[in-house]
Amino acid sequence: MAGNPARRARLRALALVAPLLIFVGVTFVAPLATMLMRSVHDPVVADALPETLALLEGWDGDGLPAEAVYETAARELERSNEERTIGQVAGRVNRVQGGLRSVFTSTARELRDARLDTGAAQDTWRGTMTAIDSAWADPAPWHALRTAGERFTSRHYLNAVDMERLPDGAIGRQPEERRIYLRLFGRTMLVSGAITVLCLLLGYPIAHLIARAPPGRADLLLVLVLVPFWTSLLVRTTSWIVLLQTQGVINDVLVAIGLVGDDGRLAMVYNMTGTLIAMTHVLLPFMVLPLYSVMRGIPPQYMSAAASLGATPLQAFLRVYLPQSLPGVGAGALLVFILSIGFYITPALVGGSDGQLISNMIAYHMQTSLNWGLAGALGGILLVGVLVLYMVYDRLVGVERMGLS
Amino acid sequence: MRVNMPGLLAAVLAMAACGTGSDAPRSITTVSWGGSYGRAVNEGANIPFAEQTGIRVEVEDYNGGLAQIRAQVDIGEIHWDVVDLEIADAVRGCDEGLLERIDITSLPPGADGTPAEEDFVDDGRTECGVGNLYWSTVYAYNADNIPGEKPATMADFFDLEKFPGRRGMRRVPKVNLEFALIADGVPLDQVYATMDTPEGLDRAFAKLETIKDEVIWWEAGAQPPQMLADGEVVMTTAYNGRIFNAQVLENQPLVIVWDGQLLDVGQVGIVAGTPRLEEALQYLAFATSAESMVRIARRISYSPMRKSGMPLVTTHVVAGVEMEPHMPASPANVARALRYDWAWWVDHADELNERFSAWLAR
Repeated sequence: MAGNPARRARLRALALVAPLLIFVGVTFVAPLATMLMRSVHDPVVADALPETLALLEGWDGDGLPAEAVYETAARELERSNEERTIGQVAGRVNRVQGGLRSVFTSTARELRDARLDTGAAQDTWRGTMTAIDSAWADPAPWHALRTAGERFTSRHYLNAVDMERLPDGAIGRQPEERRIYLRLFGRTMLVSGAITVLCLLLGYPIAHLIARAPPGRADLLLVLVLVPFWTSLLVRTTSWIVLLQTQGVINDVLVAIGLVGDDGRLAMVYNMTGTLIAMTHVLLPFMVLPLYSVMRGIPPQYMSAAASLGATPLQAFLRVYLPQSLPGVGAGALLVFILSIGFYITPALVGGSDGQLISNMIAYHMQTSLNWGLAGALGGILLVGVLVLYMVYDRLVGVERMGLS
Repeated sequence: MRVNMPGLLAAVLAMAACGTGSDAPRSITTVSWGGSYGRAVNEGANIPFAEQTGIRVEVEDYNGGLAQIRAQVDIGEIHWDVVDLEIADAVRGCDEGLLERIDITSLPPGADGTPAEEDFVDDGRTECGVGNLYWSTVYAYNADNIPGEKPATMADFFDLEKFPGRRGMRRVPKVNLEFALIADGVPLDQVYATMDTPEGLDRAFAKLETIKDEVIWWEAGAQPPQMLADGEVVMTTAYNGRIFNAQVLENQPLVIVWDGQLLDVGQVGIVAGTPRLEEALQYLAFATSAESMVRIARRISYSPMRKSGMPLVTTHVVAGVEMEPHMPASPANVARALRYDWAWWVDHADELNERFSAWLAR
């Protein structure tokens, strides 16, 4: 009987956190798992043309496939057209090799007429399909179909690191003009690092000031930090456009006081400068708040003690204050860095063409190109990157020392 | 106290039935491109339709693409009923089962009684889309901001020495690649043949590269007239109707350069599986009638795709100016026009979007 009350307490505790667990499971873990699954699993083509793909297994890849493959493909393409899945099939194939979308859609559409119109039909299905589109006289569509038909595929991950599977099966780099993602990952890391440093340089003195201010003024200063934090992200970002644009407030002031000429107005928005300025501003509170909470816990007497023992103010700061504030620095920096890696609204609005980050490409593939597999792969790589960073931080500083409380 | 349960239940059910009965106001959601075009469609089609049928028309804006339609169809939660589409999207959406197939013979006859299938011009019909208007992408400038000689050809748009200053372009590869080749001296009838070769594409990107540093990329059609008015750019590509409205309604000193314009056709389609199919079909028939096209064309310079509607467009309803000289398909303007080859773009949009993004990020 002794274990019973303890068990009941555990059950009650579990019941209390159950809503949270379910919420996290439904809104976070499940979508994440789905996206990661999509990055390696794509059944659309495999489901639409199963027999054709099975027959293609036996094709050596040189020359054209056998007539049986053409016949099966003709039947399955026609069915896919009736079920209206042909658009998605053609889209998948087109991603493997551009230009094949209409080969598949128009062939699928016209096959029915070709079947009905027996007089005009060729002796073979190869002849019929080639008559509809001469591309079928080439092995290229079959290679692309075989690749697109893989149920489980690594091509999204290869694509996400600017690699591709060459026709001979080896893995090589994409042609130069299509390499984009490694560059963007690099830029994202660089920009996030720069924003973290900027936030730290700006946020550290502010946090220190608030922590050492008398209670009344500290509250006021804290509100000044929090008001932008509570303001809509969109409002803040668009305000920066108003301030920074060529005909904007800052440029007008600079021209008015004669610092720059009217034709030499500075381009501060729709480029990397705009992204850096706006994102630093947006993320600053995430640096100031953890710093402040740590600094408030550092007794001011320590600095006086250091001074009384003969330290100069700089020595006292470097050897007494700074080490004690490090957990706050770590927490703030990690928070800002991770948030900026995944940021996308601000760069989308003020970034122009060279201020775009990897998350903008993920959004693009989610919303515009509808290549969710690639979006999932890019997101997966980003996730792993953040986890690695977190582990490095844990090893170096120790997560339990992080001043998030 | 005893409650009469069956009686109560019946009363509740009766009340619920009232709420969902045929007395409920019927409404549909149409999706269009916003701005001055959205207003023209609203006044030319939506409001008269609502008055005539009693069906309320909710309007939403978008910037093209199939993503939102795909999401609604996939989830089965459809709240968009009728969508104003680019023709390439109408074709792709049809192939992917995102749009309802439309029987053109079910549409009303033209203003002069011609059956619908003969009234529509040939290049405006797809399986799932009904053509509504000719529109075009042109480039335009603000006469106040270009002293001296004015730009007149597509080559001038790319000539930073003759006309220094920032340019605006839509943040997509389509149109921009065509413009680049035209400016580079490719004859109009060779543009798509050139784009069909890897060397031709390299040439187009190389030409774009020459002005890349000066380009501001826009996304919504309302942006270009704004950027010209603000002086943010000296020239920008734009939808011709948006520039026209800024000219006649806001008296902006904007000038359209018709040389090398890309003539395109608009499509209206119905999202597959909408629970309001009947109302949507009713709206589609109304909005693509010759009368509606004329009403829209008298509010923005996009010309009707029904032959019987073309001669009926007279003057702008507010400004009173003759519409004909401002129409992209008018003889004077169409002389140096390139017809948009949507079939080519349906095939190559994926790879070029990717290449364009890679190029932008460089």
